Amino acid sequence: MAKTQVNPTRMELTKLKKKLTTAIRGHKLLKDKRDELMRQFLDLVRENKSLREKVEQGILAANKNFVLARSSMQEEVLKVSLMASKQEVFLDTSKKNVMSVDIPQFEYRTKTPDLNDIYSYGFAFTSSDLDDAVLSLQEILPDMLRLAQIEKSCQLMAAEIEKTRRRVNALEHVMIPELREKIKFIVMKLDENERSTQIRLMKVKDMMLEKAHRYNERESLEA
Amino acid sequence: MYKVAVIGDQDSIYGFAALGLDTYPVTEKEEAAKLLKTLVEGQYAIIYITESLQAELEAEIDRHITSYLPAIIPIPGVSGNTGRGMRNVKKSVERAVGSDIIFNND
Repeated sequence: MAKTQVNPTRMELTKLKKKLTTAIRGHKLLKDKRDELMRQFLDLVRENKSLREKVEQGILAANKNFVLARSSMQEEVLKVSLMASKQEVFLDTSKKNVMSVDIPQFEYRTKTPDLNDIYSYGFAFTSSDLDDAVLSLQEILPDMLRLAQIEKSCQLMAAEIEKTRRRVNALEHVMIPELREKIKFIVMKLDENERSTQIRLMKVKDMMLEKAHRYNERESLEA
Repeated sequence: MYKVAVIGDQDSIYGFAALGLDTYPVTEKEEAAKLLKTLVEGQYAIIYITESLQAELEAEIDRHITSYLPAIIPIPGVSGNTGRGMRNVKKSVERAVGSDIIFNND
């Protein structure tokens, strides 16, 4: 299987053996990383799912309220009333490191602490349905921001898990077997060399003894 | 310091303006793509986008999936829930696990 050429030398063997231990250690570490990432990812994704269900329902309900509000108001009045909002939402982000994946943490601040600042219009010309609609949207906002944070984290972690899984598989199924194969090849080659040297020495010894004692001649004389 | 943007058709998103999010009403696909590009480079940490628009801009949005910020999150529009948002979550599960083990194909 060793397609690539390796030099059957002791130096190469030591190098490969060192590489193999590193690969095995890396494989173990990456596997642990993958398992831990997966565990956290699954928790996160479950939360993501339930949160998304909640947010989608909330937005749907809010949209219904807005439709109601629109039906009882003039289009222009409605547009004008939402045109200049008093409130503003700011986000502070920080990074959280989960198994070497940076996931964002959002913290939101509003420009004014007054909750009623979401009503950016006078109450004289607008229907109360609009108040309800805006309020229902306001209530879902914290969940929406949390959903954004969790969904982004899920996406980032999914990408990291995919990458880690590939690496684990590459090590497990390609790198490590290949290294083992190469090591085996070198060991076999070295053993073979050793045997052939030994045989050669034995042969040489035989030849030298032969020369010194002339066994062959003696045997023929005795016979 | 970052802000939050909402992209979509006017009817789906105008309510968010009252809460203090920046709303950008668009309908045309090309226009939306251009807008998305400028928003991604701008001061936005979260960009909410209506599901119908998300469907059209999927390639552009997927490009930002692995970048740290911004988070581009689909939300249902006024025309109702198309399930695309959920499918996105499903997609990340499939990406990570290899098969869908959370939603069980529902």
